[in-house]
Amino acid sequence: MKALLFLLLVPGAAGTLTGAGATFPYPLYSKWSFEYEKLHAGTKINYQSIGSGGGIRQITERTVDFGATDAPMTDEQLGKTKGKLLHIPTTLGAVVLTYNLPGVSGELKLTPDLVAGIFMGNIKKWNDPKLAGLNKGMHLPDSDIVVAHRSDGSGTTFVFVDYLSNVSPEWKQKVGASTSVNWPVGLGGKGNEGVTGLVKQTPGAIGYVELIYALQNKLPVALLKNRAGAYVPASPKSVSAAAAASAGKIPDDLRVSIVNSEGKDSYPLASFTYILLYEDQTDAAKGKTLVEFLWWATHEGQKMCEPLGYAPLPQPVVKRVETMLRMVKSGGKPILAVR
Amino acid sequence: MRRVRLGDRLFSGSTVLFALAIVGLGIAIFAALAHAAMPAVRTFGWRFLWGRTWDPVEQEFGMLPFLYGTLVSSALALVIATPIGLGVAIFLNEFASRALRGPLAFVMDLLAAIPSVVYGLWGIFVLVPFVRAHPGGWLAQHLGFVPLFRGPSYGVGMLSGGLILAIMILPTISSISREVLAAVPQTQREGALALGATRWEMVRHAVLPYARSGIFGAVVLGLGRALGETMAVTMVIGNRPEIASSLLAPSYTMASVLANEFTEATSDLYVSALIEVGLLLFVVTILVNMAARLLVWKVKA
Repeated sequence: MKALLFLLLVPGAAGTLTGAGATFPYPLYSKWSFEYEKLHAGTKINYQSIGSGGGIRQITERTVDFGATDAPMTDEQLGKTKGKLLHIPTTLGAVVLTYNLPGVSGELKLTPDLVAGIFMGNIKKWNDPKLAGLNKGMHLPDSDIVVAHRSDGSGTTFVFVDYLSNVSPEWKQKVGASTSVNWPVGLGGKGNEGVTGLVKQTPGAIGYVELIYALQNKLPVALLKNRAGAYVPASPKSVSAAAAASAGKIPDDLRVSIVNSEGKDSYPLASFTYILLYEDQTDAAKGKTLVEFLWWATHEGQKMCEPLGYAPLPQPVVKRVETMLRMVKSGGKPILAVR
Repeated sequence: MRRVRLGDRLFSGSTVLFALAIVGLGIAIFAALAHAAMPAVRTFGWRFLWGRTWDPVEQEFGMLPFLYGTLVSSALALVIATPIGLGVAIFLNEFASRALRGPLAFVMDLLAAIPSVVYGLWGIFVLVPFVRAHPGGWLAQHLGFVPLFRGPSYGVGMLSGGLILAIMILPTISSISREVLAAVPQTQREGALALGATRWEMVRHAVLPYARSGIFGAVVLGLGRALGETMAVTMVIGNRPEIASSLLAPSYTMASVLANEFTEATSDLYVSALIEVGLLLFVVTILVNMAARLLVWKVKA
């Protein structure tokens, strides 16, 4: 009888991983678990997209096998965990600015200063000399700029305000960066669809949404000047380029912001999204399944990024992830055999 | 000799247990919320109630704009929905032909069954553009000098929030009012008509006074729904924590800020502040309901 129970319970327990966290990578993670379960019979990967905040809370309390977050955890948050948490970047996302200017043709160009000025409420009209000067051929109208932002806490907001804090000292001092902030101006829409709804329906509106969402819905996207002075369109390629350009300054724990990165091909509003796991896995069998899955996801799995609108990790970052995954151990012994 | 059967005893005992369980559940929820809200209560004290800044970065939380948005949007909804709901109930009960009554009542009740996220989507795609272009645009243009209608009409804002709430509580108000009106004894009507009253006079002097407290109860139930409604309001109110006199300006409600920010709130104080908002929403709902019940009792007496 005992043996029978053992047989019944163990494969399920070792082969089933539960994770929770960020909503942004959810389509990719569910594709990965679907494909991985096909390759490895008996493995089940259960991912609940409850938001980064919930993911961090659950992994801190160890109620899940892995967490997921868009913004890296802060030192304060890491201080509350029992055991050392590792950040594994899995893919890259980007945020774009979409706008609604009826009767105006051409692509709107924006500089970091202008974006900060608009979202700070300092630039109020579309025909503001600075805006009009940069977009000479566009005949921008004499209408009010209506700012639209996310009302729900989100990783998308974090990437956007992290960028603004990076390029504008005024923003950093008065507003700062978090998954929700105290917006100086604007209307709040719930989710990407809420912001898109506001922008589409309000003449003169500008808002930010995820790159994938903008691509799928064919929204007009503003061109944003990067650090090197080039106007690079947002695409999985330019997002990966931003990560590659920042690879040199990534710290050992891989917690890094890659907004406004160097490189003439880099798109400036990009970010990693992370899976969180403990360095010391209490359950050796589960730990092995998890690490092998993450290895697969950051290697073979990267091919599935682009069709879904995510940017694959550049090679130098994959090397860093490999080092990180080799650190994971159980009972003092590393889980991965040398590859 | 009185014999109490075992079955009767068991039955009455279990019903008492169920009744107590409801009370216990309410107390348990309140206690759990109060406990989790303690860090925020200790940090901010009364400032939490009167503060106007909600800044997750600086960890400064004041919920007055949310309280204001909740109360004003619900009041607006009541002002719009009460006369319409009551009118529908009176029409269905006193004036409509039998052939019309059934289908109309059915459609009205059906409105109550639509999930609120569907109302929200309809709000985004239909109500908001309509409000911006027509009533909102008109009010801003012609009555812009009144503080109530000052500023540009974005579509999203207090007016849209109030309108969508009004639509959502309309079935509650009308179907309960209708049942109350149906319970008015037929003799009341016959008496009034026999005295030579017109139909309108009959409704006004014989039916409505009789049903007054019940109608009040219907309105209170509608208010309860409006105070706690989350998803649909969040999608159309503009989500800006600001106290503006204009109905065209964006606003924010207590339920909305919970729905918006709870999933991504990471710091302990932030979560605790959100739970305190939830606790206060609970308290506001209880207070409003109690006040309404007191009024009903007074009217009855």
